[in-house]
Amino acid sequence: MAENLLRLRGVSKTFGPVRALDNVSLDLNAGEVLALLGDNGAGKSTLVKILAGVHAPDAGSIMFRNVPVTIASPAAARALGIATVYQDLALCDNLDVVANLFLGREQARVLLSEEAMERQAWTLLRQLSAKIPSVRIPVASLSGGQRQTVAIARSLVGEPAVVILDEPTAALGVAQTAEVLGLIRRLRDRGHGVLLITHNMSDMQQVADRAVVLRLGRNNGVFDVARTTHEQIVAAITGATTEPATVRTATAPRATATEE
Amino acid sequence: MIQDAATAPIDLRDERLVRGLLARLRGGDTGQLPVVAGLLIICVIFQSLNGSFLSSANLVNLATECAAVGIISLGIVLVLLVGEIDLSVGSMSGLASAILGVGLTRYGWPLPVTLLVALAAGAVVGVVYGAIFVRFGVPSFVITLAGLLALLGMQLQLLGANGSINIPFSSGIVRFTQQSFVVRPLSYVLMAVVAGAYLVAQLARIRRRRTHGLSTGSPLVPVAKAGALLVALQAGCWYLNQDRGVSAPFVLLVGLVVALHIALTRTRWGRSVYAVGGSVEAARRAGIRVDRVYLSVFLLCGLLAALGGLLSAGRLATASISSGVGDTNLNAIAAAVIGGTSLFGGRGGAYSALLGIVVIQSISSGLTLLNLASSTRFMITGGVLMVAVIVDSLSRRSRAAHGRA
Ligand SMILES: Nc1ncnc2c1ncn2[C@@H]1O[C@H](COP(=O)(O)OP(=O)(O)OP(=O)(O)O)[C@@H](O)[C@H]1O
Ligand SMILES: [Mg+2]
Repeated sequence: MAENLLRLRGVSKTFGPVRALDNVSLDLNAGEVLALLGDNGAGKSTLVKILAGVHAPDAGSIMFRNVPVTIASPAAARALGIATVYQDLALCDNLDVVANLFLGREQARVLLSEEAMERQAWTLLRQLSAKIPSVRIPVASLSGGQRQTVAIARSLVGEPAVVILDEPTAALGVAQTAEVLGLIRRLRDRGHGVLLITHNMSDMQQVADRAVVLRLGRNNGVFDVARTTHEQIVAAITGATTEPATVRTATAPRATATEE
Repeated sequence: MIQDAATAPIDLRDERLVRGLLARLRGGDTGQLPVVAGLLIICVIFQSLNGSFLSSANLVNLATECAAVGIISLGIVLVLLVGEIDLSVGSMSGLASAILGVGLTRYGWPLPVTLLVALAAGAVVGVVYGAIFVRFGVPSFVITLAGLLALLGMQLQLLGANGSINIPFSSGIVRFTQQSFVVRPLSYVLMAVVAGAYLVAQLARIRRRRTHGLSTGSPLVPVAKAGALLVALQAGCWYLNQDRGVSAPFVLLVGLVVALHIALTRTRWGRSVYAVGGSVEAARRAGIRVDRVYLSVFLLCGLLAALGGLLSAGRLATASISSGVGDTNLNAIAAAVIGGTSLFGGRGGAYSALLGIVVIQSISSGLTLLNLASSTRFMITGGVLMVAVIVDSLSRRSRAAHGRA
């Protein structure tokens, strides 16, 4: 049984009148790709932002490696070992690949250790079998897939346990999508726990081990991807069926609120 | 380190790599080539119109004239790099010169105290701009436009009724800006040290790259470059020494340019300045304290503007209501842009202030030699600025077309 990295129980979040998340639970293990699915407005991004330290949950508990934690800021999430690749990448086009990979955590004594960072950049990109010709060109000159690769590689610089990817293939062509999906598999093989947010059923079926479905801010089923049909999952997303039995096994709903 | 499959250094194993100047230029990566070419053209034109343009005496003057506005322009480079602007550097420099005049003559402060007060005023004004910018998100051009007027008011207030204060010729600042030249033998030593430092830095870099298994290129290249640099510096030095020599304010400008260049390219702070200029949101998510970067940049800009004001007051031996008004502001901004710092943020560097101010002062000096009025000078400088801005926009568009926006 793989190590449990993240365990969310009863997480709720309200924005004014909107209940974005209502009593949501989720488990992520090391060495697995967990797809987070749901229609527009289902609360996926809100959940990601809670894990990334952007929002604080109103109620519920988060366990990281079986230890209760509060994730107060993006820096805190990173320090814990939760890295997030946002949908809009957040790269600096004018900086080269090395600068982007180490942005915000450059290695330096007084002056930057450019050579050490360049070497590590190559090592990292090779491990991901990334196809990037030079790490000394501005990222603006890279293709969409290459940029996505840089964004994902950047999330790995601090050796995080958990990598969260928000729609990493949304803007990519066929070949580049395949490249990124390959990358996600390699993340799993390296032992990271990957939380993959996607609207793309085919992506989900190609790389995910399990899938968690949110609907209107609530859990609407956990599926073993290999043993579930496409249609069953779509039905859970759109609300044609509900499968609460698979979710609420471990815990009754509770609210051990994490104080802010 | 080296793997069996590929014996090349780890950064040169992709066959798609395109090298060479031409490919880079076509990609919109013009760097400082246009401004160097422009400078050559300017020299050729003015020299052919008036044979004394390239004389030692004129070049000595030109270099000395560059210092004040060049230093102000250095601050502009910084704010442009984060994608902002400071339109009040002229007024700030004027206020600093007023503080100098009033401090020295009316209050009888010692020179070092007066200088510190003036510089501190610049830093405070910069911090206030930065604080308003990060706190309220007001566009920097509006903040600094308001600041321009407010600072001008303070300058007039300080100078009072007669509107002009003479700074004694015996004062250190006047002597420094008017009569300080590097002693001739020392100037040659200084140039040799500069070339030597360049060589040492380049060789150390090659050694570091080699120990990390990265490509290095031939060590002969930096040796040749350092040799060429040495010859060029010594020759330039000799030529200036035919007249009064290398002026101290110019050395100060170049020293600041080099220091800022190193800070921008080789420190975490510099990296964060470029990151903020490239994408604020990306910088923020990468954990960079964006607010602090803005504050530091506005602070330095105010500080450098004050320093420039002090130098120009010293050079004229007077602080008056006309200090810093007129073309100071625009020349400082124009120099940064002409030198190749983008108005769109994230591109450029400290050297653009130096290159740009040399271009502007060359034009100004050349036109003065031709006995053209300042009206013509303004029009021509305006035209050159327009060309520089167009080049900036074109290269940005070309980068976009080549996927390098
Ligand atoms: N900052 C916010 N302030 C107010 N309401 C918000 C905020 N963020 C999200 N919401 C609301 O929370 C609900 C869930 O939004 P969320 O962005 O998490 O959906 P999503 O599943 O990511 O959808 P999509 O697939 O469209 O990205 C929506 O109703 C949204 O309007
Ligand atoms: Mg979303």
